[in-house]
Parts: sequence; structure tokens; C-alpha cells
Amino acid sequence: MSELVRRDPRKAWIARNRLHPQHLEVLAELGGGAVASEWMGPNGVMRRNPHAVGFIGPNGIRRIDRSGAQQAAQAPGRSVEAKDARRHVAIDAPAFMVAVVPDMAGGRLSSHDRDLLGLARQLADADPAQPGAVVAIVFGEHKETAFGEAGIDRLIHLEGERFSGYLPELSVATLQGVDREMAPRYWLLPDSSVGGELGRRLAARLGERPAAQVWQVEADAESATGWRCTARGAAGRNDITRSLPRIVLALAECADPISETRHAAEPINLSHGLPDVLGRIEDMGEVAVDPASVSLAEAEFILSAGNGVKDWDSYHHAAEVLGATKGASRVAVDDGFMPRDRQVGATGTWVSARVYVAVGISGAIQHLQGIQSCDKVVAVNLDEGCDMVKRADLAVIGDASAVLAALVKRVEQYRAEQQENRDAA
Amino acid sequence: MPHDVSNTSAKATTPGGLNVAVLVSIGRHPLTARTRRADQDARAVEMALTLQSASVSLLHAGQQDSENEEAIRGYLGMGIDSVNLIEQKPQADVIPALAKALRASAAQLVLTGTRAETGEASGITPYLLAEALGWPIITGLAAVEKIEQGTAVVLQALPRGKRRRLRIRLPAIATVDSSAPPARQSAFGPAKRGELAIHLEPSAIDEALGAWHIQPARKRPKRLKIVKASSARDRFKAAAAKADGGGGQTLTDVTPEQGAEAIFKLLKEEGVLR
Repeated sequence: MSELVRRDPRKAWIARNRLHPQHLEVLAELGGGAVASEWMGPNGVMRRNPHAVGFIGPNGIRRIDRSGAQQAAQAPGRSVEAKDARRHVAIDAPAFMVAVVPDMAGGRLSSHDRDLLGLARQLADADPAQPGAVVAIVFGEHKETAFGEAGIDRLIHLEGERFSGYLPELSVATLQGVDREMAPRYWLLPDSSVGGELGRRLAARLGERPAAQVWQVEADAESATGWRCTARGAAGRNDITRSLPRIVLALAECADPISETRHAAEPINLSHGLPDVLGRIEDMGEVAVDPASVSLAEAEFILSAGNGVKDWDSYHHAAEVLGATKGASRVAVDDGFMPRDRQVGATGTWVSARVYVAVGISGAIQHLQGIQSCDKVVAVNLDEGCDMVKRADLAVIGDASAVLAALVKRVEQYRAEQQENRDAA
Repeated sequence: MPHDVSNTSAKATTPGGLNVAVLVSIGRHPLTARTRRADQDARAVEMALTLQSASVSLLHAGQQDSENEEAIRGYLGMGIDSVNLIEQKPQADVIPALAKALRASAAQLVLTGTRAETGEASGITPYLLAEALGWPIITGLAAVEKIEQGTAVVLQALPRGKRRRLRIRLPAIATVDSSAPPARQSAFGPAKRGELAIHLEPSAIDEALGAWHIQPARKRPKRLKIVKASSARDRFKAAAAKADGGGGQTLTDVTPEQGAEAIFKLLKEEGVLR
């Protein structure tokens, strides 16, 4: 409400009417009071304070009306901080449940997860008289803080020692337990490498025929479930339109993510304990792979060098110590410091790294296009105004080689500490 | 069983070796739409052929006609003597037939592609088979490291070029995706000479398939950038503003050590330091 500008038309009228007996008082009042805009100086010269004249127009820009017919006064003190205008939604007695198992890549909701939650909300909120609740099941540790803003009403968080690592059998048994307890009307999973596998396991376990690679869901009165979905089939060459089954494996951008409402994300626990499963698949941990052998397009962590790097040996050393895949800008490749297959950008490789460290790269538009899908971008650069610094989530202004050397030292120290801890344990 | 007949193929096998069955399907070339050996299935065959002292048998369930036979012969050309063909009607659900054949065979490891290139291609067949047989299943097999005492130690391919080591109890099903090594070429002569061992099985017709509407894929609509602004000024700003990071942190006038510490903290939070 405070966004609205309240005007007193009578005072505005007095302010326009210079012959009104209260003209000066009202002008002073509307003009913000204290600051005088014009006064006689000690030598008899008129002094003016240009900052005190004029008024703030309706769109926040100062206007000076030199005709003297000043219309609006200074806007009343607006609230500076943007208020969260999103509607709060709480569903206390849901008519049904829609279960979502997000991927949580890197411990956060990915954009794919958010799209899927948007789809879940579509299914849950279709009938305003009988709203359903979206329940999300999250395995393992996470770093996400905004579950409610993504459209989650209930959250089942399964954490602890038992849920670390790759445990498809335990996860499926747990989801089966959730299914028995809540009987969700729909199960939605992302058709990615993690969610797709879990969803297919769940479908096989529950004996449901899933719809895989779904990219569109529409209301359809004729179908048995009231919804029909369109899924890709035959390696993306066909569209299969069918009524929406109970288990849906959806592609990215299947629906718009939630942006206008906030939900409760109320944590709930399973009433039955966790199932005991006989593990026939044992996770023996991830295997260290040589980061140099990973192709640039699918590398997770890239240390990229540009024109600002002068000491190439220390750059290569830093990439080895950090365990990062090496990338380069066009200039570094053209100058012969890096091979062509390491070039990042529109003319090289489009990368999808989770962390992209750009050292001495100013950020040509072609390069920024190539790193569009990177999650976190770190820039080390001398120029504070360059485009890479604007794009970066963390920018360090300084000499590339000095910062790299310090970073290598810090990481080596961290590795040594870890080694000590391991030795002590 | 007929499956054991073909086990004498492919390689000089040792009697105590591993029995590997590979489920193969008919592929379709993405551009020319001609039938061919399916890419992922061919990779599965390649992986089976490179296993030490393994006897490989190929299994296909489906319709039998000249076009499909040509595609199946593509697998024979990789150096395999015969393929077991379970004949099924075009609209059949092949799970019961495949499960029966696998149960009857002495296969300890079943390899297959992740997803077919024709039909529904939902990629759920291996999971349904695993559920029917009660075997464990793993996805994205990249390499088999060793097999001992009824367990196999394998490498699983993860996104971003990572690998995970798993120990699974045999018999098991493993799917192969495009991160596995590419398949060898199919040679014409062996493909012509190879034998197709045809078995007749009753087909279970897939009823649900009839109710579906299948058409060539439409192009997916591009998502528009939606600007939700309350005032004209905000809309103008959104339209005219240069894209910026939004909330990016810039450290100026810091020593290299402070800068490095900030970067180190971010790298550690993201968990990319190992």
C-alpha cells in the first residue's frame, strides 16, 4: 500500500495559487519543509540551491518545472526496500498429494527441479475448491533454503548416514513407503540421469506404466485422469499423446517455475520407520578421473585463462593443484598458448560447468554466450568495469598471477590440513 | 537351451567363463531414418566382446521381417555367430518373453542400451526385466573391472565425465549409455554368414498402446522471458537493461591473499575441491 502516492488536491491547488493566503506555508510543507531553495546572500546577490528545487515525478525522477507552476510536491518517503509481494499460500487439509523427487544437483534445486515443481503446482491447484499439496522428497544433505518459494507445501527430508552415497535400492524402498503412507495422486520426477533412473525403478516397483520424456501436460476432459501429456518417443522423433499416468518423468521446461506465490514447505516425517533393504549394489565411492581427460563441454570445474595471464606455467600448475579442467578464451588460443579444443565460447565449446573461474578474461560477448549455463562464475581481473566482472558471482580485482599463486598456496595448505586430519584419524 | 548354443561364439571361451547376454533392438538412423543396429545396444555388444573370458549371446525380441533382419545382421557383423530371435507380433509387450528367455539362460550379466531408438523408447524395459527376475540393475556401465565370487566390480559413468565404482551381486542387469566406448564397425561378410536362431513365443499384446496418439515430433516452443513488472518504468528498465550478474560480489583493493581466500571459500562451498 505504501507504494501509492497520496496527494492532497486542496493543498496542490493552494500551491498553484500564489495569491492564496496560505500559499507560502503550503509550498514549504509540500516542498519538504526545511531546505530553502532561494535566499538573499550577504552581498545582496540571490543565492540558489538547485538541489532543493523541483520534485520527484511519478516514476522516481527529479523534475524541475521552471515555469513556476509546480504541480507535484516531493513524493512522500517511499519504502526503499522492495517488499515481497508474493502471496503466501498454506494448504492445511489437502484433497490429494502430488509427490516430487527433485534431483538436488549440487545440493540445490536445479532449474529442471523448479520447472517440475511448477508442473506439480499446476496439477495440485487445478481445482481451487479442492487444492492438492505438493510434497517433495529430498535425499541426503542439501544447501537449499527456498523450498517454499519453489512451490513446495510439505517436505520430507531424509538425511543421515544411511542416505549418503549412491543407494538406489534404499531410495526406491523409501519412496515405496511414502507411496504406501500418502498414496500421492501423481509422482513427478525429472527425466535426468539421476531422477530418470529413480523414477524408472519406482515405476517398475509400483507396477505403474510411466510416461517418460514428458514435455507438455494439458487439461483434457476426455481423458481418464483429466489430464493428457505429450511425451517424446523413438529417440525424440515422435510425440506420444496419452492420458497422464501416475508416474511422470518430465523433461526440463515442462512448465513454468513458481514465482508469484510462497508456500509453507512444512517439514513432515514418515510415520513408519525406514525400510531395511538388502543392498545388492554397494557404492565404493567415486573414482578420481584426470580432469584433463574430461571434455570441456561436460567438465564440472573449469579454470579458464585469457589475455590477462602472463605466466602460463603457474596457470597450468594452478589447474593441476585445483583439479580443474583447463579452458581458454579465443585470444589465448589464437596466441598459441592453449590448444584450439580448449577454447570456450560461441566459436569454441559451450560449457556447462558448475564453477567457472575466469582468469584475466574481460568477457567478450561470444565468451559470455559460451558460459551462459554455468552456475557460479568467478572472475579474476585487473579491470573492474569489464563485462566478465559484471557477469561474475565473485570478482576479485587484482593481478591474475598473484591471485593464482595465493590460491594455489591456500589450496595446498588445505590439502595438507586434510592429510593431517586423515593421519590423526 | 538355445541360448547356450550361441555361447560358443565370439571368442575362444574358457569353460568357467562369464555368461553375458546382450539385449539388442532395432535402431533407426536419426537423419536418414533407415533401420540400423541401435547405437547404445551396439556399445553394449562391444563392451560384452571386450570382457575377458566371457561368452556372449545376443537376444532380440520383436517382429521379424527383411528390414529388421538387416538391422540385426548389423550386430552379427561385429564378430558374433548367431543371434537368438524371439518372434513377437508388432504391438507385443516383449517383457514376458524376454524374462522367460533370460530366466532359462544361464546369463550372469545382462547388458543392454539405455533406451530404444524406436517405439515408446521410455527406457523402462531393463527395469521391468530386473523387477521380473529379481536382479539388481545399474545404469551407465562404463567398464567392468573384475568379476569374482559372484560379484562384479564395475565403473559407472556419471555426468560430467565422472566415474563411480560399484560392487554388484550377480546375476545383474546393466545398461550402457553413450559414455561407453564406441562400437566396432560391422563387417559385411560375417553379417551375411551369421545365423539367426528363431524361437516362437506367444505375444502379449500391449493394449494401452492402441489408445495413444503418435505423431511426428513437434518443435518445442521456446520459453519466453517473462517480465513481471508492476509499473511502466520497471518494464522499460527490464527491456533496456544490460544483463548483469545481479548480486555479484566484487572485491576491490584486496591483497591477493584475501582474494584467494574468498575464491577458496566459494570453491569449497560448491564442493569442487577434492
